Amino acid sequence: MRNAVIVRKGNVLAPVPAVVFALMIGPILLGLFGTLLPAFGYHPALGATQWSLAAWWALFADPSFATALRITLVTGLGATLMALTIAIGAVAALHNSRAFVYLKLWLAPTLAFPFASFAVGFAFLAAPSGLIARILSPWLTGWQLPPDLLILGDPNGVALLVALTLKECLFLILMLVAAEGQSQGDAALRSAQTMGYVPTRAWLVVMLPQLYPQIRLPVYAVLAASLASVDIAIVLGPAAPPPLAPLTLDWYGQFNAGDQMKAAAASVLQVFLSIGVVALWWLGEHTVGYLFCGIISSGRRHGVIDQAIGWIGVIGAGAALVTATSAILVLLLWSLASSWTWPDALPQAISLSTWRESGATLAPLVGNTVVVAVATSVIATGAAVLVLEAGIGHPQRRQIGILYIPLLLPQISFLFGLQLLWNWLLLDGTLSAVIFTHFLFVLPYVLLVLSEPYRALDPRIAITARALGAGQIRTLMAVKLPLLMRPLAVAAAVGFAVSVGQYLPTVFAGAGRISTLATEAVALASGADRRLAGVVALTLTALPFAALLAALIAPGDRAGDRSASE
Amino acid sequence: MSEGLILSDVTLAVAGITLIDRLSLSVAPGEVISLMGPSGSGKSSLIAYLCGALDRQFQASGTVTLDGVCIDRWPIERRRVGVLFQDDMLFAHMTVGENLAFAVARGVGRAERQARVAQALAEAELTGFTNRSPATLSGGQRARVALMRAMLAEPRALLLDEPFARLDPSLRLRIRDFTFAMIAARGVPALLVTHDAQDVPGQMLDLGQPNPRF
Repeated sequence: MRNAVIVRKGNVLAPVPAVVFALMIGPILLGLFGTLLPAFGYHPALGATQWSLAAWWALFADPSFATALRITLVTGLGATLMALTIAIGAVAALHNSRAFVYLKLWLAPTLAFPFASFAVGFAFLAAPSGLIARILSPWLTGWQLPPDLLILGDPNGVALLVALTLKECLFLILMLVAAEGQSQGDAALRSAQTMGYVPTRAWLVVMLPQLYPQIRLPVYAVLAASLASVDIAIVLGPAAPPPLAPLTLDWYGQFNAGDQMKAAAASVLQVFLSIGVVALWWLGEHTVGYLFCGIISSGRRHGVIDQAIGWIGVIGAGAALVTATSAILVLLLWSLASSWTWPDALPQAISLSTWRESGATLAPLVGNTVVVAVATSVIATGAAVLVLEAGIGHPQRRQIGILYIPLLLPQISFLFGLQLLWNWLLLDGTLSAVIFTHFLFVLPYVLLVLSEPYRALDPRIAITARALGAGQIRTLMAVKLPLLMRPLAVAAAVGFAVSVGQYLPTVFAGAGRISTLATEAVALASGADRRLAGVVALTLTALPFAALLAALIAPGDRAGDRSASE
Repeated sequence: MSEGLILSDVTLAVAGITLIDRLSLSVAPGEVISLMGPSGSGKSSLIAYLCGALDRQFQASGTVTLDGVCIDRWPIERRRVGVLFQDDMLFAHMTVGENLAFAVARGVGRAERQARVAQALAEAELTGFTNRSPATLSGGQRARVALMRAMLAEPRALLLDEPFARLDPSLRLRIRDFTFAMIAARGVPALLVTHDAQDVPGQMLDLGQPNPRF
C-alpha cells in the first residue's frame, strides 16, 4: 500500500490533468450558465432583469422556428446516417483491395480540409453557374445562361445534407480504419471467408460488431456537429429560414434584448436537441444491433442488402474524394482566373493578378489565422504532454468522454455565455480570447492524436533515465520528448489545422473584430467576387495542408520513430 | 552490518494475487545474488519495486534499506539504484558519449564529465566511440555502453533484469564476465533476476519456493 503513495509523491505533475480538464470544462459550464440566464429573461447588458419564459414563447411562436427545426433534424440525422452507411459500405467492400490502400493514403489530407473552404469549393462546383453546370452546358443541358435553379440553399437543405455527408464520411472511414488497426480481425475475417461468406458480408458480420463500439463516440461527434453546423450551413444551407444554429447566430447579431434572449433560448434548446438526438441514435443502434444478431446467426453467406451497402460505400467514398479534390481545383481556378465567362469549363485567361491585388486583404487574415493557430496548437500540445505525463497514458473511457464534451455540445450553446466571461475579463475581441476559445476545441484532437504514441513509448526508457538520476522533468525534456518528436509534430499540426478551421468560436470570441481566413471565406462565399473568395478559401485550405506536410517530412530521428511506434 | 541492499519482509501483490511473499535478503557490496523463477513469478515487479517504478495497481509492503537508509518512500531518481534491462535502453537520439554523460552527476564540471566518459569508454574497450550513434553499434558494444552508463551514475545498488537474455550465446559469456567483474571492482551490491541457471554466478534463490529466507 505504501508504494502507491511513493509513486504519486514522485509525480510532480499529478495535479495537472485535473487543472487542464478544469480549464476545458470550466469555461464550457460557465458558457452554458451564461446562456441559460438570458434564456430565462436575465440579460442585464440589454436592460432585462425580469425572470420570465417570454424568450421561449417568442422562440416557439417565431414563424421560422418549425421549419428551421425540421431542416436541422433532417440534415443532421440524414447526413450522419448517410456518412456512416458510406463509411461502413466502403470499408466492407474495399477492405482487402488495392483501392483501399490508395483510399487510406487520401484520407488523412482530406481531413485537414477546413469545413468553410470545403463549403466554398462545393458551392463553386454545384452552383447553377458552377463548374459542373459549365462542363455540361450547353451541349447536354441546352442552357445558354446559368439556369435559375436553387441548387444551393434549396429550402430543404439538400445541398447542405450532401456536402455534410461527403465531408463526414471520410472522417468516419478514417475512424473505422484506425479501429480496425487495433483489432486482430484478419484471421477471423479469413476464416469467415473460408466458410463461404462473400468478403463484404464477412466484414459486416465479423468486423463491424467489434469495431462499432470503438467508433461510437466519433459517430456521436459527427451527429452533434452536423446538427449544429454553422459555417457550412451559411454557405450551402437554405436562407429563409436557415437551420437552427445559423438562425440562432442571426438572432444573436440583433442588438435588442428580445432577439438575443430568443437566441439564448434557442441555444439551450439545441443542447437538449443534441442530447435527444444522440439518445435516439443510441436507441437506433440497439435496435439495429438486435436485428443484426438474427442476421449474423442466419448462416446466409451473401445478401442483396450487403451488396447494396457495399456499392453505396464505394460510390459515396469515391464521390467524396472526387468532390474534395475538385473543390480544391475549382478554388485554384477561380483564384487564377482573370476572365471566365459562362459556359466555358475553363477560364479564358489565367493570371496571378487576383493574388497580387488581394495581398493587402490577405496579409492581416493570414496573420491573425496563423498567430491564433500557432499559439493554440503550442499551448494545446504542451497541455496534452503534461496531461499524458501525469499518468493518463491509457485514457480510460471516462476520460475520453470528458475530452469529447466540447465536440458533443453544440458550439453555439456555450459560446455566447463564454462571450460574457471574456467581456467581464475585458478580453472580448482580443486574440487571447480567440486563442483560449480555440483551445477548448483543439485540445481534444491533440490529446487523441498524441495518446497512442505516448503510450507506445517503452516505459523502461523513462525508468532507465530516472534510475540514472534524472528527475521527472529532465527525463521528459531530455529523453521522452526528443524520442516523441515526430508524433509531437503531427499532433501540433493537427491542432494547428483544427484551429485554422474554426469559424463560430472565432466569430464569438473575436466579437466580430478579429477576422481570420475562415470567417472571411464564409463572408465572401455569398458575395459576387469569386476570385477573391477563391484566393481566401484556397489559402485557408493550404495552411493546414502545409502544417501537416511539414510535420510529416521534417527531418526526424529515425531511431526515435522506431521506438515511438513500437 | 547494514551495508549493501537489504530487503525485509517484502510482499508484492496485484489483484489479490501474491507474487512475492515476505522476501527477506541482504546483498553485500560487490556481491551478486540471483533470483530465479519462471515468467510471471514477480521477478520484474520486484525490480520495479526496488527501483521505485512499481505500477500503482500493485500493493507492496516491507522495507528496503540501502547502506542502512530506508529508501521505500524515495522517488526513483533519488534512490541511486541502477537498472539494466533485457534491452540496453540506450537513448536513440543521443550519441554514445551523450548517453554516458547523461548519467554523470549534474554538479560535475564539463572537463571532468568528459574525462569520466572517456575513462568509461576505455574500460569498455570502446575508445573512439564517443560520437557514434547507438544504432551503429553491435549488440555486445551496446550492452557494454549500457553497463558503463549505469556505472557512471555511481549507483549504490544495481538491479539486473535478465540483461544477457537477448545476447548471442558467443557474446553472452564475455558480457556476463565483464559485468560481474565491474560489479566486484566497484563494490556495488547487485540483484540479478533470470530464468537461466547459466547466468547465476554465486548465491541463488528460487522464487518458486515459498517464504524463502537467508
